[in-house]
Amino acid sequence: MEQVTALFARIAGAGTLSPQLLLWLGALTMALIMALVMAACAIVFTWAERKVAGFIQSRYGPMRVGRWHGIAQPIADMLKILQKEDIIPADADRKFFILAPFVLFIGSLMAWAAIPFAPGFVAADLDMGLLYIFAASSLVTIGILMSGWASNNKWSLYGAARGAAQIVSYEIPLALAVVPVVLYAGSLNMTDIVVAQQGGIWKWFALRNPFLFVSFLIYFLASIAEVNRTPFDLPETESELVAGYHTEYSGMRFAFFFLAEYANLFLVSCIATAVFLGGWGHPVPGLNFAPALVFLAKAVLLVLAQIWIRWTLPRLRVDQLMHVCWKVMIPLALVCLAGSGVWMLAFVRFA
Amino acid sequence: MSRKLLERLQQEFGTAILRTADQHGDAVIWVAPKDATVVLRHLRDREQCELLLDVAGVDYPERAKRFEVNYLLRSLARAHRVRVKIDVAEGEAVESATPLWRCADWHEREVFDLLGVPFRGHPDLRRILCHHEFEGHALRKDYPIEQGQPCVSTEKLFGDHEIEQASRRSEGVAAAGDESGLPSDLLTVNIGPSHPATHGALRVEVLLDGETVVRARSEIGYLHRCFEKEAEDHTWHEVMPYTDRLNYCSALLNNAIWAHSVEKLLGVQITPRCRAIRVIVSELARLTDHLVCLAANLVDIGALTNYWYLYNVREGIYQIFDKLCGSRLTTNYARIGGMSHDLYPGFAEETLFHLGRLDEAIRDVTGLVARNRIFLDRTVGVGAISREEALSWGYTGPCLRATGLAYDVRRFAPYFGYEEYDFDIPVGEHGDTYDRIMVRFEEMKQSARIIRQALRKLPEGPVNIDDPRVILPPKESVYGSIEGMMNQFKLIYEGIQVPAGEAYGFGEGGNGELGFFCVSNGTGRPWRVKVRPPCFPIFSSYSRLIEGGMIPDAIAILGSLNIIAGELDR
Repeated sequence: MEQVTALFARIAGAGTLSPQLLLWLGALTMALIMALVMAACAIVFTWAERKVAGFIQSRYGPMRVGRWHGIAQPIADMLKILQKEDIIPADADRKFFILAPFVLFIGSLMAWAAIPFAPGFVAADLDMGLLYIFAASSLVTIGILMSGWASNNKWSLYGAARGAAQIVSYEIPLALAVVPVVLYAGSLNMTDIVVAQQGGIWKWFALRNPFLFVSFLIYFLASIAEVNRTPFDLPETESELVAGYHTEYSGMRFAFFFLAEYANLFLVSCIATAVFLGGWGHPVPGLNFAPALVFLAKAVLLVLAQIWIRWTLPRLRVDQLMHVCWKVMIPLALVCLAGSGVWMLAFVRFA
Repeated sequence: MSRKLLERLQQEFGTAILRTADQHGDAVIWVAPKDATVVLRHLRDREQCELLLDVAGVDYPERAKRFEVNYLLRSLARAHRVRVKIDVAEGEAVESATPLWRCADWHEREVFDLLGVPFRGHPDLRRILCHHEFEGHALRKDYPIEQGQPCVSTEKLFGDHEIEQASRRSEGVAAAGDESGLPSDLLTVNIGPSHPATHGALRVEVLLDGETVVRARSEIGYLHRCFEKEAEDHTWHEVMPYTDRLNYCSALLNNAIWAHSVEKLLGVQITPRCRAIRVIVSELARLTDHLVCLAANLVDIGALTNYWYLYNVREGIYQIFDKLCGSRLTTNYARIGGMSHDLYPGFAEETLFHLGRLDEAIRDVTGLVARNRIFLDRTVGVGAISREEALSWGYTGPCLRATGLAYDVRRFAPYFGYEEYDFDIPVGEHGDTYDRIMVRFEEMKQSARIIRQALRKLPEGPVNIDDPRVILPPKESVYGSIEGMMNQFKLIYEGIQVPAGEAYGFGEGGNGELGFFCVSNGTGRPWRVKVRPPCFPIFSSYSRLIEGGMIPDAIAILGSLNIIAGELDR
């Protein structure tokens, strides 16, 4: 952010732009970059998902558009979806119906601001970074509830109710799982958390102690539930709720749900990378020229793991979903928190 | 066999039994409407006829008592096959058998709907296959087959009063357990007719308390095209392609069992090669049926990948069908007295290859789900039904075997020479969704076993019987001789002349006992054909299975019952 602002100041010549304007310009540029990166990631991941699913299901997936393995398929899909008729059901609550996909999208977009991809490459280096991310991504719940309510369709409403219940519940183990990391790092600033993990693979928080490893697993599972993917895809469950909260959506509005889903998928993987897997840190010597690439590579691996899980497991039932969250994950996360604390007292020397 | 039973019944009831007969091993008794319940109850309680297979009405407009209602009963323990006939005049009511067998509910509604015979004491005597606005009774002989009726409005399956009552009851439950005292109105939701999990067009109206199904009621008939009326309007042979559309997941089974039923009425014996071919294609069709059912069921539970593992095998089998019959789904392969043509060269090798792939697929899929904790949580104990209850609901096939009862028509009353093959009847234990799924997996292995044996000892010789009254003459003879041409002409235009009589031909279909109750008046067209679709009675128990469960359970159960709208609605 500071670099970008400085860049603008240099281009315009010192003193010609007011600091206020510079700040706005910088923020806008960063937001634009983030939005583009996010959209690009989402598009690439839709393709990856289809190819991986194809591989797992002994079929090819997209093969035609763009010559090589249907690489241009997402672009073709986008073009198609742009041309689709924009349908708003007659009895829908128009205002909220139109607004909902954007709320959802903005929720996931906002969270990106605090992700440190490389040293210094972070849109907003907030001291409350981690807290901010969780707060911002909670907006997704409101988007889902809005869409389900505004659609005026019982299936949508059920999807929205399930979605809200699920996301609100799973945010608890998700947040509890990162608390031990905060204990270790002594900061909520994302960059500080990553910096605290530099210096070898055993410095990664996921590998610092056994409790933290379990915390990482809890985070990973809860994050799958956060982004509504199988085995936790209850808000959508095409076989039960037709398509859940976005049953009535089509065309571009549907695309926003879709993009937000993949952006969220990538987001939770990025958070896991930053918080548990050492961010841009890596054990390979001579790879220090591109920390952002290392970061992305780890996140992409996590995304692939989520895709793999999605195409392997059946779906939980709604009461079982809650059971897993409240009776298994949360107690376990609390045990891990306590365990990590004890471990710190016992083995870690405080400076 | 049936003679002893008939003697016993005559001793017991004396003149109440108006007449008896033995038709193709079925004990047939005529009783007056007033004695029907007593005789039926006796048959159920004393003669162990625990299964009510079907209720078939026949219309004879020229008789004084115009309608004949047939109750088709079956005793699994004593191997009785009984048909109780009740003659009624127009407007005269028959005592309902719903207190005796729960499946009588829908069967009697069907007779009421299509023929207009009322049933006294029936709890819910409404139309079932035809639309509720439909006027007249489609299967009466005086209803013209061309006369369509546009019907548009949707029927409310629950009255306001019922909803209120159910709400109050569930509120009572909530108030007892939950101290918040919040009002809990039930939400009425239609699952279907267009819903991803109905795999066809079924409608289930459910009253939901949160995710819990408090009450459910199903409506069928969206795919009703009155197959039975069409059958009366066509020659015996022309019905064959219509049977493809009954259970379209295993059309070959319908073909074979239809031919078998008419052959029973004709009294002809098919050739050994034809029997073996029918066994092979029947078992292949059973494989496709089970594959579709399992794949769809697993998709409904969210295990999407298994769909491809299973469908890839089905695709292979469909390619065999394509080569064999010229089409994948609507096979139209069997003929009365034989088959349309012999197997093609290389059939055995291709089939064995695909059976190998089937073994692989079963291994892959059971490896993924059989001990998967999520899958177990979703299926074990879900939609469980006891053996007695399943019988009362008229279950047959894998759904009945999942309750632990090893009833399989192929063993119970072997046809096509099934007694010569070595195979097991897999059974479950708890009658829940898990057992139904696993029974199907095991049955696929057994089917593959039967096919391998049949291919090994496939007898040489002609496929069709040598009988010019039944089988079309060869083309050279049609074009080369006057007799051949006349023979062809008579068989095509007038149809096979089936001697007057009745027969219930049945076999093991993909999801249970598939039967055709055929009545001939000695002409080239059937007087009456009544299909016994296995999923019809099974689906009638659906609301009972899902009440008290949750929506996801309802979906998982529906998939495991294997409801095929084509044969459900006919």
